[in-house]
Amino acid sequence: MILAFYPADWSPVCGDQMALYNEVLSEFHKFGAELLGISVDGVWCHEAFAKERHFHFPLLADFEPKGAVAKAYGAYRADDGYCERALFVIDKNGVIAWSYCSPVAVNPGADGILEALENLPK
Amino acid sequence: MSLRVPVDEHDHIQGSPDAKCTLVEYGDYECPHCGHAHPIVKRVQKHFGKKLRFVFRNFPLAEMHPNAEPAAETAEFAGAHGKFWEMHDALFENQEDLGGALYLRLTQQLGLSPQELEEAMEHREFLARVKNDFTGGVRSGVNGTPTFFINGKRHDASFEYEDLIIAIEAAFAQEPGQSRKNKAAG
Repeated sequence: MILAFYPADWSPVCGDQMALYNEVLSEFHKFGAELLGISVDGVWCHEAFAKERHFHFPLLADFEPKGAVAKAYGAYRADDGYCERALFVIDKNGVIAWSYCSPVAVNPGADGILEALENLPK
Repeated sequence: MSLRVPVDEHDHIQGSPDAKCTLVEYGDYECPHCGHAHPIVKRVQKHFGKKLRFVFRNFPLAEMHPNAEPAAETAEFAGAHGKFWEMHDALFENQEDLGGALYLRLTQQLGLSPQELEEAMEHREFLARVKNDFTGGVRSGVNGTPTFFINGKRHDASFEYEDLIIAIEAAFAQEPGQSRKNKAAG
């Protein structure tokens, strides 16, 4: 499973991280991996965002208690009140096999995730 | 972040194989930022002349831009008939009008067969190539469009004219007298 924390819905369009992952979804599926996006935005915000961008993967709302999941992963920016741009690849035993925390303004792309999936024991 | 798929004879290349610098763009015909970059790249090519070669690879964000993939397929269709760059330019110059009618009109204007284009589109004959470009781009760290690579290294700064000129000048300075390796992929 791929858990992708991101700061907020509705970031600028063409360089958007979730939009890129939406296009790469079939590559993730080739490894049997599911993608979950997660931010502190609420359910209705996510729903509108996912609908407008035609996302084919779930967005999780880390809304109440705010950022609880992000905090558990060390991916919460307490000073800003939103998540880091942090990626986790979790293997079938529930163990984090790979993680990466990108500078918050930089879209980390999908190459790191794909490499991590490739390196998982079969 | 560097280019994982080397430039080879399957690429669409403008300029001399002996050029000291190779600029690769991953782009999407429906992306407004790529539309903005198009005339800039032309100016950059003019500025450097023979010293620079330019490669365009497809990176259509198809879910966001419904016209991006068919436009890329149209360019590839034209490419299969030796008219890639003519179609590439025409698509960007008519970015506001992307769609089936435009592809047929441009095909005719370039002296190619609209009927053959229709058949190719129906069978998605060039989709595999477009998707192959996309996948290679993802593996090279393309995270949006346009993404440029200068001598294989991702250009993360702005792609305004002055910034590209500075970055390419820097690439010349870094690799004096070296020509790009041009080996086949795989």
